[in-house]
Amino acid sequence: MPGGEPQADLSQESIEALVGQALAAFAEAQTSAELKEARLAHTSDRSPLALANRAIGTIPGPERKEAGQRLGAARAQVNAALAAREDEIGAAELAGRLVAERVDVSLPVELGPQGAAHPITALMDLMGDVFVAMGWEIAEGPEAEGEWLSFDALNIGPDHPARGTSDSLYVAPLGSNVAMRPHTSPVQIRSMLDRELPIYVVCPGKVYRADEFDATHVPVFHQIEGLCVDKGISLAHLKGTLDHLAKSMFGEGIETRMRPHYFPFTEPSAEVDLKCFVCRGESVGNPDAPCRTCKSQGWIEWGGCGVVNPRVLAACGIDTEVYSGFAFGMGIERTLMFRNNAADMRDMVEGDVRFSRSLKGMAR
Amino acid sequence: MRAPLGWLRDYVELPQEMTGRELSEVLIRAGLEVENVDQAGSELSGPIVVGRILAFVNEPQSNGKTIRWVQVDVGPAHNQPHPDYPDGCRSVVCGAHNFAVGDLVVVSLPGAMLTGGFAISARKTYGHLSDGMICAEDELGIGNDHSGIIILPPTTDDGVELKPGDDPAGVLLMRDDVLDIDVSPDIGYCLSIRGLAREAAQNLGLAYTDVVTKATPAAKADGYPVRLDDPACPLFVAVRVTGFDPSAPTPRWMARRLVLSGMRSISLPVDITNYVMLETGQPLHAYDAASLSGTIVVRKAHAGETLVTLDGQTRRLDVDDLLITDDSGPIGLAGVMGGESTEMRSTSTDVLIEAASFESGSISRTLRRHNLPSEASKRFHRGVDPQAAYSAAHRAAELLVQLAGGQVLAEETIAGAAPSIPSQVFAAELPSQILGTEVSADRVVEILRASGCQVEVDAAQVRVTPPSWRLDLRDPYDYVEEVGRKLGFDTITAVVPSAPVGRGLTRAQRARRAINSAVVAAGFVEVLTFPFGSAEDLDRLGIPAEDRRRHLVRLANPLAETQPYLRTTILPGLFAAVARNTSRGNDDLALFETGSVFFAGSGDPAPIPSVEHRPSADELAAIERALPEQPRLLGAVLCGNWRRAGWQGQPIPAGWQQALALAEVAAAALGAELTRRPVEYAPWHPGRCAELVVAESVIGHAGELHPEVIKAFGLPERAAAVEFDLDALIELSPRGGDIAPVSAHPVAKEDVALVVPDSVAAADVEAALVAGAGELLESISLFDVFTGSQVPAGHRSLAFALRFRASDRTLTDAETAAARAAAVACAEQRHGAVLRSF
Repeated sequence: MPGGEPQADLSQESIEALVGQALAAFAEAQTSAELKEARLAHTSDRSPLALANRAIGTIPGPERKEAGQRLGAARAQVNAALAAREDEIGAAELAGRLVAERVDVSLPVELGPQGAAHPITALMDLMGDVFVAMGWEIAEGPEAEGEWLSFDALNIGPDHPARGTSDSLYVAPLGSNVAMRPHTSPVQIRSMLDRELPIYVVCPGKVYRADEFDATHVPVFHQIEGLCVDKGISLAHLKGTLDHLAKSMFGEGIETRMRPHYFPFTEPSAEVDLKCFVCRGESVGNPDAPCRTCKSQGWIEWGGCGVVNPRVLAACGIDTEVYSGFAFGMGIERTLMFRNNAADMRDMVEGDVRFSRSLKGMAR
Repeated sequence: MRAPLGWLRDYVELPQEMTGRELSEVLIRAGLEVENVDQAGSELSGPIVVGRILAFVNEPQSNGKTIRWVQVDVGPAHNQPHPDYPDGCRSVVCGAHNFAVGDLVVVSLPGAMLTGGFAISARKTYGHLSDGMICAEDELGIGNDHSGIIILPPTTDDGVELKPGDDPAGVLLMRDDVLDIDVSPDIGYCLSIRGLAREAAQNLGLAYTDVVTKATPAAKADGYPVRLDDPACPLFVAVRVTGFDPSAPTPRWMARRLVLSGMRSISLPVDITNYVMLETGQPLHAYDAASLSGTIVVRKAHAGETLVTLDGQTRRLDVDDLLITDDSGPIGLAGVMGGESTEMRSTSTDVLIEAASFESGSISRTLRRHNLPSEASKRFHRGVDPQAAYSAAHRAAELLVQLAGGQVLAEETIAGAAPSIPSQVFAAELPSQILGTEVSADRVVEILRASGCQVEVDAAQVRVTPPSWRLDLRDPYDYVEEVGRKLGFDTITAVVPSAPVGRGLTRAQRARRAINSAVVAAGFVEVLTFPFGSAEDLDRLGIPAEDRRRHLVRLANPLAETQPYLRTTILPGLFAAVARNTSRGNDDLALFETGSVFFAGSGDPAPIPSVEHRPSADELAAIERALPEQPRLLGAVLCGNWRRAGWQGQPIPAGWQQALALAEVAAAALGAELTRRPVEYAPWHPGRCAELVVAESVIGHAGELHPEVIKAFGLPERAAAVEFDLDALIELSPRGGDIAPVSAHPVAKEDVALVVPDSVAAADVEAALVAGAGELLESISLFDVFTGSQVPAGHRSLAFALRFRASDRTLTDAETAAARAAAVACAEQRHGAVLRSF
C-alpha cells in the first residue's frame, strides 16, 4: 500500500456528493472550453472519483465489491451527464456558428471572365445540327474559289451579271479565274464531284459580295445551303425539308410560302418566304398600320431554292436520267435578324463584345 | 417594270372591281416578284374639279411678276355667288399665262389636298382672297411639267363633253394602281404590258388580246438599205414615216402612262418608241432619216472607233461592241443606246424606226463595259420576242401618223429573220416526277398550250414548241417549272426525304466546335471581322520582308482601296475590334476569331473546263493548284483586366499569361500536348513570346505584343495576343488512345525546390524531373517560382510537387525517396539544378 495516498471515503454519502459536484459543474459550463475544464476536474485521472476508484483496492473483503459497484455506477452517471452536456453545448455552438457565418448570396461571383460565341457561329452550328439530326452531313470548301466551281458549273454563264466586278470579288489579276465565292454553292459542286451518291449535305460558311455596307447589307456574310441528290427527288421533298427547317428555327406556328423565281442553278426555282411575324400579314393594303419588317408586304424573303438544274448535275458527271436533286440557301445573318430581332447588320461584323454577348453565346 | 393597271386592262378583261393589290397576289403566286403596288393619285383628296375660265385681269406686281386675277366656273356645286355671273364662280390668283377665256382647267378648291401634302385653303395673296388654285401637272403628281397650268381637252377620249364641276381624274388618268415588278432574268417577256397582261389572263382564266398582231414576214429590202454583218443581230426591221408634224404634242394619256411607268415624256416620236416598247417589250429606235447616209450596216466595232451617244458622252468602242453604222461610221451602240448624230430633232419630219433582235450576251457585255443600263438593254439582255419586231415597228408608225400626220412608207426593210425555235420532247410524267405531285398528261398539255406552246402528244411523250416570246423554255425542266408555276407551288404536298444514315460531324468539325466551346468557357468573346488587309498593317506589325505573311493575295476589285488584300493574319482585324470596343468604353477585352487566311498560290490561272461533262482529274487538280492556300487560324487578343477589381480583391491584368493559356486550353480540348518555347517573332515582344509546338511542329505564337506594335495600333499597354493554325492543331492532335487502369494504391507526395540559372526554362527542369523520376511518377506541377534571399543572383528557385504511385502496390518510403533522388539527380545533371532545403 503506497504511502501518502489519501484515505478515500467510499461511503455512499461521500460518493453521491462527488457525483453531485460533477453534475453541477457540467450544468454550469456554458461553452466547450468551460465544459472541458469541468471534465478535467471531475473525470480526469486526478479527479476525486478517479482517486476513489484507485482506493477500492484498499478496502477489505465483502465491502470492496459493494464499494466497487457503487463507484462504477457513480462514474457511469457522471460520464453520461458529460456526454449529454457535450451534445447540448455542441449543438448550441453549431447553431450559433451557422447564424454567424451567413453570407450575402447576391454578391457578384464569377469563375472567370464571361466568354461568348458569336451569335452567327452559334446559329450556324444550330442550323447544321438540324440537318445532322436528319442524317445529313456538313460539307465545307475554300472561300477563294475557282470560277468554274463558283459560276460555270452552276449554269451561270460567262455573260451573267452576277459575274461582273460590281457583283462579285475576284482575286487579281482578272483572268486568274479565282473568285471570292459569292455563295456556298461551290461546296455543293465539290460535294457532287467528291462524294458518293446519294448526297445529303448542308454547306454553311462565309461568302463575299461587292455589296454596300449598311444596316441591311454586309459584303462578307454567312450562308447555309443544302443539297440533296438522290433517286426520285422532287420539289415536294424540298418543300418538306424547308418546312422542317423553318419550324426548327421559328417554331411550329411559322407559315412559309414558296414563290416561283429564277436561279440559273435550279429549275424549277423558288424563293421561300416567311409570314411576317411582326404584322402577321395585317399591314398589307393597310396604310394606317404600316409594317417596317415586311415593308407591308406580309411576307419576308428568307432564301432561294429549287430543283437542281440537270445542267448542273451533268457538269458534275451525275446521270440526270437516274438522279434528281434539290438545293436551297439562306443567309445566317438574315435568319438571326428574324429570330432574334437583330436590327443592324453592321453590329454583326464590328466586333463589339456587347453584341457577341447579347445572346450569352447561345443560339436561342 | 412598272405596269399601270389601266394599261393592262387594254389587253386583259380584268373585272372592273379588281384592285392592283388583288392582281398582284395572283401574279406573285405565278412567280412574278411584285415589290409594291403604288396607288398613284391616292394622295390627292378633296374638291379637285374641272373649271372653265370665265374672265381674267393681268395685274403687274412690284416684284416684276404679272399675276392673273381669274374668275372660273367650277360648276353649281362649288360656285360662289358673284355679282357679274348669275350662276356664280370662284375667284383665284394664278401665276401662269398659258390659258385663255373659255379654256377648261383643273381647279383645286379649299379643302383639297395635293401631292406632297399640299393643303389648299382660301388665302390672301397679291391683294386678293384667292379661293382655290388652278393646277399644273406637277401639283397633281401626274407629270413633271410646271411651265404652265393644265389645259383640258373639251371631251374625254370617249367623246364625252367635259363640263365645270366634273371630276378630272378620269381624263387626266390621275388615279391608277401601278404594279412595280422585279422581273427575274429568265422572263424578259414580262418586261412588257403584253407579257404581264398575258400572265394575268392565263392565271385568272380571262380573255386576252395580243397587241402583237402580225408575225415578222420574210426578208425584203424594199425600204432603207440594211445589211447584217454579225450573227449577234439576226433580224432588223426598218419602217419609215415621212411628212409628220414635228410640233405635234404627246397626248396626255400617253405622257401619263409613260410617267406612271417610270419614264419621262420627251417628244412625240421618242415617246411613241418608248410607249410601244413598254407595251410590246420590243425596244425601238427612231433615227432622223434625213441624217442617215448610205446603207445601215450592223457589225462589230473596229479597233479605235468612237461614238458620241445620245447622252453626249464620247464612247471608246471595244471590238466586241455590236454597232449600228452607216457611211458616216458608228451611229448607235446596238440595243444599248443610239448616237447623237442621227437622233430625232425638234424639226425632224422623216423618221426611220428600227425594231431589231440582238443576241443577249453581246448586249450584256456592251452594257457592262460602258456601264449603260437602259430600258432597251435591260430587255435585250433578258431576251426579246423576235416575232414582235415587225408588229411593234408598225404600231409605232401608225401611232405617229395618227397623232402627227404624215404617212407610213409602204417600202420597208426586213433584214434577216427571226431565229427558229427548237422543239423539245420529254416524258409526259416528268412534271409529276419533278414536282412531286400528280399532274395528268392532259393537264400538262392544257397548261403549256395556255402559255402559248404548240404541244403534240405521242404515247407517253410530249413534243413542245415554245412561243416566240418564251425564250426561257428550252430544257425539259423549263417546262416542268412552267407547269408548276401555273399550278401554284402551294398545291404541292410537302414530304421530308429520308436521308441515308449519316456519320455526324467530321473529326475536324467536332474538334473546331470543341475548341470554340473551350475558348469561350475560358472567358474569350468571339467576334467576326472582315478578312481583308493592307500592306501597311503588316509594316505596323513589324513583319519582315521574307515572312510568309507577306505572300499576299490581292483582290482585283477590292471593296476598299485601303484594304486591297486578303488577310494573312487575323490580328489586325482583332486590333481594330479592340479599338472600336475601347472607344465605346469596353476596356477589359479578351477577343477571339477563327477564320481563313490566304497565302498567294502558284499564280497560274485556274482553268474553266466545259460544263457539258465532269471535268477531268487534271483539270480539277489545276483548279486546286490555282487557289490560294487557305488555312483556318484562331487569333485572340487581350487587354485591360482579365479579372476586374471587385469585392473579392485586386484586379488581375490581362497579359501574356492568358494568351499562352488560351493555346493550352485549345490544345487540351483536343488532348494535344503543347510545348512552348521562347522565340523572337513579330508582332510579339521578343522576350515575351512563345512558339507553340505540337508534335514537333510550330503551329503558332503567343505572348505579349511588342511595345512598338502596341503603339502603332493604339492598343492598351501590355496587350497580348495569340495566333495559331487551327487546321494544323487538329491534324496533329492525337486520335484514339487507351484508358489506363486507375490505381487504388495510396499516393506518396514529395516536394522539391531546385535553384537554377534564369536562362533555364521551367519546362526543361520539369522535363528533367520527369525523365529522372521514372514510371512511378504520377504527376508533377510547378507551385512556386522564387527569387530573393538564399537564391544567388541570376538564379531562381523552382518548387515542384511530385506525386508517386504504383499500380500494383503501396510504395515504401525507400522507393519514393529513391525516385525523388533520381528525379533531382537528372535535373542536376542536365541543368546544374541545386536542391534547396526548405
